[in-house]
Amino acid sequence: MTDTSLDSAAIRRQRVRAGLSRRHLGERLFRFFGILAICLALGFVALLFTDVLRKGIPAFTQSNIRLEVAFDPELLKVDPAPEHAPGQSDADFRAARLGWERQVAMLNWNNVVEAALRNAAPAGFEIDSRQLLTITESDARHRVRELFVANPALLGQTAQVDLLASANTDNWVKGNINRDLGDSQQQLSAPARALIDIFEENGTITQGFAWSLFTNVDSRSAPASAGLLGALMGTFWMMLIVIILAVPLGVGSAIYLEEFAPKSRLTDLIEVNINNLAAVPSIVFGLLGAAVFINWFRLPLSAPLAGGLVLTLMTLPTIIIATRAALKGVSPALRQAALGMGASKTQMVFHHVLPVTFPSILTATIIGVAQAMGETAPLLLIGMNAFVASVPGTPIEQATALPVQIYLWQGNENRNFFEPRTSAAIMVLLAFMITLNAIAIFLRSRLEKRA
Amino acid sequence: MNTFIIAGLLIVLLGLAYQMGWSKSRALATPNGLRVHSRGQYHGTLVALWTLIPAVLVLAVWAFFSPGVTHWYIVSQIPTDVLTSLDQVGLNQQMQRIRDLASGFGVTGELRPFEQAAGENLARFQLLSFLIMVAAAAGLGILGLLFARRRINARLRARNEVERFISWALIACSAVAILTTLGIVASLVTEAFRFFTYVNPLDFFFGTVWAPRFSSTGAGDAGQYGLLPLLAGTLMISAIAMLVAVPVGLMAAIYLNQYAHANVRRVVKPIIEVLAGIPTIVYGFFALVTVGPFLRDFGTAVGLNISATSALTAGLVMGVMIIPFISSLSDDILNQVPRTLRDGAYGLGATQSETIRNVLLPAALPGIVGAFLLAVSRAIGETMIVVLAAGNAPILRGNPLEPVSTITVSIVNQLTGDTDFTGPQSLVAFALGLTLFIMTLCLNIVALYIVRRFREQYE
Amino acid sequence: MDMLAGKVKMTDQTLSANLDPADMIDHPIRLTARDVTVHYGAKQALHGISIDIPDRAVTAFIGPSGCGKSTFLRCINRMNDTIEGARVGGRIELDGQDIYAPDLDVVELRARVGMVFQKPNPFPKSIYDNVAYGPRIHGLARNKADLDEIVISSLRKAGLFEEVKDRLNEPGTGLSGGQQQRLCIARAIAVGPEVILMDEPCSALDPIATAIIEELIDELRTNYTIVIVTHSMQQAARVSQKTAFFHLGNLIEQGDTEDIFTNPVNKQTQDYIMGRIG
Repeated sequence: MTDTSLDSAAIRRQRVRAGLSRRHLGERLFRFFGILAICLALGFVALLFTDVLRKGIPAFTQSNIRLEVAFDPELLKVDPAPEHAPGQSDADFRAARLGWERQVAMLNWNNVVEAALRNAAPAGFEIDSRQLLTITESDARHRVRELFVANPALLGQTAQVDLLASANTDNWVKGNINRDLGDSQQQLSAPARALIDIFEENGTITQGFAWSLFTNVDSRSAPASAGLLGALMGTFWMMLIVIILAVPLGVGSAIYLEEFAPKSRLTDLIEVNINNLAAVPSIVFGLLGAAVFINWFRLPLSAPLAGGLVLTLMTLPTIIIATRAALKGVSPALRQAALGMGASKTQMVFHHVLPVTFPSILTATIIGVAQAMGETAPLLLIGMNAFVASVPGTPIEQATALPVQIYLWQGNENRNFFEPRTSAAIMVLLAFMITLNAIAIFLRSRLEKRA
Repeated sequence: MNTFIIAGLLIVLLGLAYQMGWSKSRALATPNGLRVHSRGQYHGTLVALWTLIPAVLVLAVWAFFSPGVTHWYIVSQIPTDVLTSLDQVGLNQQMQRIRDLASGFGVTGELRPFEQAAGENLARFQLLSFLIMVAAAAGLGILGLLFARRRINARLRARNEVERFISWALIACSAVAILTTLGIVASLVTEAFRFFTYVNPLDFFFGTVWAPRFSSTGAGDAGQYGLLPLLAGTLMISAIAMLVAVPVGLMAAIYLNQYAHANVRRVVKPIIEVLAGIPTIVYGFFALVTVGPFLRDFGTAVGLNISATSALTAGLVMGVMIIPFISSLSDDILNQVPRTLRDGAYGLGATQSETIRNVLLPAALPGIVGAFLLAVSRAIGETMIVVLAAGNAPILRGNPLEPVSTITVSIVNQLTGDTDFTGPQSLVAFALGLTLFIMTLCLNIVALYIVRRFREQYE
Repeated sequence: MDMLAGKVKMTDQTLSANLDPADMIDHPIRLTARDVTVHYGAKQALHGISIDIPDRAVTAFIGPSGCGKSTFLRCINRMNDTIEGARVGGRIELDGQDIYAPDLDVVELRARVGMVFQKPNPFPKSIYDNVAYGPRIHGLARNKADLDEIVISSLRKAGLFEEVKDRLNEPGTGLSGGQQQRLCIARAIAVGPEVILMDEPCSALDPIATAIIEELIDELRTNYTIVIVTHSMQQAARVSQKTAFFHLGNLIEQGDTEDIFTNPVNKQTQDYIMGRIG
């Protein structure tokens, strides 16, 4: 034995044993930190979702006011609506019609709404007109007018009309406003608050699902009527452009790079380039869009066309990388079998390799589209944060997008009302993304099982 | 309406072309048992391509020039004396009237004689030009068809020609990615260069004051454009984000990779990855309405003055956003460390945590460093969280509890709603973008290089 | 037939060269295994293995690949614990102590039962740190001088010291395959184990490196209980005193190496040794 005391097994075992409790403590601590990290990460997910849900769910119900609106000829002094006379040109009829509509618009429809409100209030309830009209949303008069324009025969009749309660009324009914605050701090006057409580009791004000969130466009003057329809259509157009352009371009270039391109410095450069492009901050794509699409090509500002193109370029690397990975994963045996049968390289790729990778490409596409759907920053730079109160019928009309709408709403001064509404918009956005991802997962498992 | 007619005609033509190519190929093959080089569908496709390309070219030319030509034609229909009396708005109205007359919609008011004539002429002109265009497209397409059909014989390498077309199309697809990069570089560099004609680059890169004046407040003073306050804010927020994301993300990855039961892993991993799929605007809103006020109240409770929107708020939430990024990259990298190394440590009697800390992590270090760099580049380029939650106060200061501003926030502020790019106020966004692009590019290249080297080491 | 005759002849030679009657007689039993079974998920990998392993001798496990010899080896220092879904049944005792007892510390067990793996697996650290790693985590050295001595003596015992003494601070991964494997043996020795398990330690090495390692094993047996898994019968015959033959998860036959190779009782063992299976 040439060694020191260490060779004595007993001493060695004693030393090992001496350190054991400390080492096991270290092990437990380490494990604890691991669990802590997991809990923190899961906690963040839970916190984020509960926070959004807690704030957003109330915004899916909204206060409606059901009124008996009398289209009183006394209040509505207006000519009969013009008829399309035979021999009259379309232009002349439209001019006459517009003239009539202008006349209708000049009437004081607030008087009609006010009368209906007073009619619903208990007899002799003291409240002045200005205060009374704060109960309904400020677009109530337009809604009533539109009814009349659509059906001029209503003159002299009474119709039951569902109107939106104003944002303040909605807040009051839902208890979002502290009822103990003094008059000076309340948005609504004391009689208006009292009347709202009466309306709520007698069933004039009811809570209903906020369909207007999905059927209305954005509105600044009438917050309670602000909806997502315009943003949804804007997002729809952009996603359409992304799918039409990014998928063929991405899959095509992945096929070229993976299957056809000669292994050269140039191909290497393209590969590095695409990997880098995938990590370029999204806002840089926005700058590209602003300089190239808007400033050089003169594409319309705020239009889904420019937004869709920017998002296409942004999504492209994701799809290319995922498709290449899928192509790489196809077994060489399949390729050799196809080539061995006398198939050309193109035939091998399009008849044999591509069908096998279809599930992965589909998944990558859906995930890429979902990512593009949630992107905000580049859209701000190409003017998509403009206030747009119309539904874009084509991709070259002004529009906004769902995430941008969230950005616009969170900045609204009427915090008390728009915070829930923003959360509701976020829920809609997240619902879309979760649906897309679920579809991706579902399709993937379905298709892979079949293959 | 016209679009549908054209599309319909095109489809009919293409079907015809394919059918003709195919049937000629069949005719070659069947009677005399000739050995035909390519199969019928390739002949069909080739003929269809020869038909499609000329027709589409004609359509493209027409689409490009027709608005201009129509415009010129309408103007030519307006008498000179009327024309000179009109301003731009009047001209547009006059042209719209003529268009309305031509389309049969009609106009209100009194019809002037030249308008009537112009409307009728325009209608005729539009019909004629449409017919000529359709005839030209169809004619060229048919010429192409006939030419291609004549070429069909047993030896024609139709398959190779079709495949060559496909490969050129594929090359064109890959060119888009390159063009995107070139476009980014070109637009950033040219616009940034224009900015530097207003502001000295030294003042930009080393200036300590960020105070751009908006063009409306006075043309003379352009304001000060010092990058350093923004850079400091960006780095501070990124550092806070990494302080949150690295320990949590890495420990979560280690736990899931080394300790957790397969079932736990199957459930927890996707949940954490949900964090990566949430749009950043949602994080921004969360930071603004929940985290910020919470931190402020917390600060008040412990006697600290924490701003609701501050580097801390933005950094914390950004850290949460980056957690899944770090954990999934680290997980991949830990998976690549060979099992034999772990076994070696276990075989010596190392505990699991000793194995991880002393063997696994050192072996995985290069890869993990690469992942961190990628995460930093993400944090630097992140926009919406900081736009909402960082407080937009471009002041050079070191206290993370106070509002700051970042490069990305300033890009948004300077460029939103303004696309004239006339003054330094908006052009500075491109100089900032260039700075951001170069920073992230360097980080990405280094990171991707490290990760790649790491992968090769264990392959 | 010629080839087979050569094989047998060679085994005879090596056996007689190695045979030391003093070794064969009274080695106390160090390890006993009774009815050991292993399941991987639903699949049973070992069916009731019972064996006694003597002190200060080399025991070889042979058998065709997939026969369970490595699985059983990994039971002896509980390496199977690190495989998800692995379940071990039966009883294994080291010096009469059940190593699967709930109160037994697996860390302590592995300090006593070292292991060398099929593929050389030096840590991505310097040569010195590779060897010093075990003593460090177990707190075996009281000071730097102690540690130096452990490292040097372990490298010496592994026959590597002369080759690496000038580059102790260079990474262990830079050594040749055979050197790396000797480094791994030195790393195992440095902890001062009583039993060393070797899982096909030469399968990734060239013949010269293999010969060096085999010599080393022969030297080490004076101080350690060694269990070696090998798929090479020649190697088993050259280095071991006891041999156990595994087939399809069963222990078919065990005994003195000489007996197994010259006079196998079981038909399957005969077939394997004659080269008919495996």
